[in-house]
Amino acid sequence: MTDDILTVHGITKSFPGVTALRDVELTVRRGEIHGVCGENGAGKSTLMKILSGVHPHGSYSGEVVFAGEPCAFHGIRDSEARGIVIIHQELALVPQLSIAENLFLGNERANRGWIDWNRTNHAAQRHLRRVGLRENPTTPAGDLGVGKQQLVEIAKALSKEVELLILDEPTAALNDDDSAHLLDLLRGLRDDGITCVVISHKLNEITEIAERVTILRDGRTVETLDVRADEVTEERIIAGMVGRDLEHRFPPRDPVPPGEEVLRIEDWTVHSPAHAGRVVVDGATLSLRRGEIVGLAGLMGAGRTELAMSVFGRSYGVDISGRILKDGREIDVRSVRDAIRHGIAYVSEDRKRYGLNLVADVTGNVSAAGLGKLSRRGWVDQHEEVRVAQRFRDRLRIKTSGVQAPTHTLSGGNQQKVVLAKWMFTEPDVLILDEPTRGVDVGAKYEIYGIVNGLAAQGKAVLVISSELPELLGLCDRIYALSAGRVTGELDRAEATQERLMRMMTQEVRR
Amino acid sequence: MSLDVVPRSTVDTTVGAPRRFHINLRQSGIYVAFALIVVLFAILTDGALLQPGNISNIVVQNSYVLILAIGMILVIISGHIDLSVGSVVALTGAICAVLTVQLGLPWWLAVLATLGAGALIGAAQGYWVAYFGIPAFIVTLGGMLVFRALTLTVLGNQGIGPFPDEIRRLANGFTGGYLGNVGLGPLGGADIVSLLVGILAVAGFAFVQWRNRRARLGYGQDVDPLPLFAGKILLAALVVLFVVVQLARFKNLPWVLVLLAVLVIGYSLLASRSVFGRHIYAVGGNLQAATLSGVRVKPVTFWVFVNMGVLAALAGVIFSGRLNQAGPTAGTAFELDAIAAAFIGGAAVQGGVGKVVGAITGGLIMGVINNGMSLIGAPSERVMLVKGLVLLAAVAYDVWTKRRAGAAR
Repeated sequence: MTDDILTVHGITKSFPGVTALRDVELTVRRGEIHGVCGENGAGKSTLMKILSGVHPHGSYSGEVVFAGEPCAFHGIRDSEARGIVIIHQELALVPQLSIAENLFLGNERANRGWIDWNRTNHAAQRHLRRVGLRENPTTPAGDLGVGKQQLVEIAKALSKEVELLILDEPTAALNDDDSAHLLDLLRGLRDDGITCVVISHKLNEITEIAERVTILRDGRTVETLDVRADEVTEERIIAGMVGRDLEHRFPPRDPVPPGEEVLRIEDWTVHSPAHAGRVVVDGATLSLRRGEIVGLAGLMGAGRTELAMSVFGRSYGVDISGRILKDGREIDVRSVRDAIRHGIAYVSEDRKRYGLNLVADVTGNVSAAGLGKLSRRGWVDQHEEVRVAQRFRDRLRIKTSGVQAPTHTLSGGNQQKVVLAKWMFTEPDVLILDEPTRGVDVGAKYEIYGIVNGLAAQGKAVLVISSELPELLGLCDRIYALSAGRVTGELDRAEATQERLMRMMTQEVRR
Repeated sequence: MSLDVVPRSTVDTTVGAPRRFHINLRQSGIYVAFALIVVLFAILTDGALLQPGNISNIVVQNSYVLILAIGMILVIISGHIDLSVGSVVALTGAICAVLTVQLGLPWWLAVLATLGAGALIGAAQGYWVAYFGIPAFIVTLGGMLVFRALTLTVLGNQGIGPFPDEIRRLANGFTGGYLGNVGLGPLGGADIVSLLVGILAVAGFAFVQWRNRRARLGYGQDVDPLPLFAGKILLAALVVLFVVVQLARFKNLPWVLVLLAVLVIGYSLLASRSVFGRHIYAVGGNLQAATLSGVRVKPVTFWVFVNMGVLAALAGVIFSGRLNQAGPTAGTAFELDAIAAAFIGGAAVQGGVGKVVGAITGGLIMGVINNGMSLIGAPSERVMLVKGLVLLAAVAYDVWTKRRAGAAR
């Protein structure tokens, strides 16, 4: 008789316009390490937010049973009171506070409202020893490296008398030694009777430490595999993650032979501005030809957006090295204006933060990057500007009450078309589209694919970054795979499959 | 009086809504409110508010705050704030006094030098905000103290005066009766030059609006139906002509009104039609998106502050010219009036939204409240109370309409 600590049954969760989870099932046995795998957007994070009460009871349908009792969490405090603790990918420590203060944040060791510092630091030391940390509890958390901060997070969970520990991509930011140490620690916790759920893209780690693994795809549970009994391999997990059905529809495209090379990125290396010395893009070399749609595949954190933005006028990163060649000649792209002048455009993955001025109207957004083309001696020809906006509205079929409507009144798909129009108006030779269909409904996706095809037919080179492999396979002539900042492979349309790409995307990169 | 050459109003925000007669209250609410306040005080004061001498007073008394409001609205659109302008008014007034009274420079040279000093002050603050990345709130809070301290250093505890006649005339004087008077029946004599200027202004305004309407029709854009369009123009014309006739009956046009009209037209065009003006909106609306669209956000921010410094210096010259003395406490709390004018006039706290005409209207609303309440003998603490509540109500209304628009989606 097995002892199930957690049973998730028939969970369905919808957001406006999307169903994130559909009838999801998950059973976790007491004292096991349970892996959860799936592509970006498969619904892992949403599921974990339900388990931790971030999405409160009532905002989803289905039931969660923990230790035999149904749960109705209304916040993290509720789930933590029951012994479920989640450690997010982005560490939630306050860097200015000491380790001890972080450990007991919201859960302070206090007498009648006054903090008992001796008890705090003493208890902190005990918890730190359990995770193998010998730091002084009064050290500011920000002084620790990422690996040690991760351990502090685990110590924090232990201080809350955790029964079920959920870790979201715990090793994504860690080097090999720290990862190995963390995995050892998880095994130790399991032997102490703490159940762990580990979400990870690093499939080798899952097969190494997990007893069982549950695979999600498109918001549904695909299967749960017994890693030990069935000798599950990474390939087996990948097959479950990507599925076999390619139901996505793409507009037809006449294959045109690609033209000359228009952009070449050589040996491109970028360092993180936040963590000194951390390499985010590592010696990447890419080539784009006229009339070609090229994909860039990679898991979250692989450095796709960082690569694109650093090329686009050094909008991201420090200590950038490498060469950019446009039409065979090396160019110097030090600012966004340089990039625009050299015919490079970048459509951001986060249109609301980086793409649009939401309080301005459609016209003002369409002209934002090409205002110089509409002005003479510093004065804008507003009639021409409106005409340009109307032309793009008709051409891209942007649904709006008028080109003078504020962009925040438009739907996601139409907002995305406004961003595309902004960059098409600059008449670039190279367009980098970062997640061009994120948060866009199916119909608008189809239209956007059509726009991308049209751009290629005009002889422009398009680089599409996407988390959705079927999208890349359906759209691109050629696909690069990126893992941990490094280009790990390049496949032609004919040879590209989801399995092969996923294999390259999850490939371990030794430094 | 909308000076937008292509008005970006009265467009329905709900997709597919029928286009019928439709007044966008969020855009025009400020003007309706202004009209109501004027009518209210006209009744409460038995018409004294709209007497020729009083209209002239309202313009002259509020001119420096209105000039500051023009600069402030651009600062606020760009997503910043400037708390130092009151102190800058005092310091530049003192500089102008030293240059004219103590050093005996010609008035025009002194005014130019003072505007230059204002530009340097703005540049100093703009540098820290734009290139060093210190929040404008902090930089200008420091500036408020520093420039007040410099004023006191220059002036000591006493004022410097009197100013040359030309500067006093600019601040306080009126256009001359170059062509004599004309009889307006029961209204008495009125200055011909003032009337001509008023008529030309109305004709020019109507012509520009008409030309725009035609151009918009030519581009297949939405325009107001002809009766509404004509009604709006007629209303604006009547208001302008009424004010001009009243002024012509009094002492002709205040020079400072002429200056203000030039500034309002110039800055409205700058904001809506120049690349620089459009970049101000882009930077304030979404800094990251502007950066990634190739807008040089740092110079834009820098020049917005330089401009604010120049306008604050102009306000300083006019304020001290009006008092005929540069005093150490001049301009105290002017920054608050200018900021309040901008927000009453529809600027958004987060930046990216606002109009020059709106800020002027906001400033006039406060001016009329000030003037009207003092005419009916209300104590100054009650004036302050009302102004505070009006500011709160104006922004609350703005937030409310925004939320309603959001909920309707």
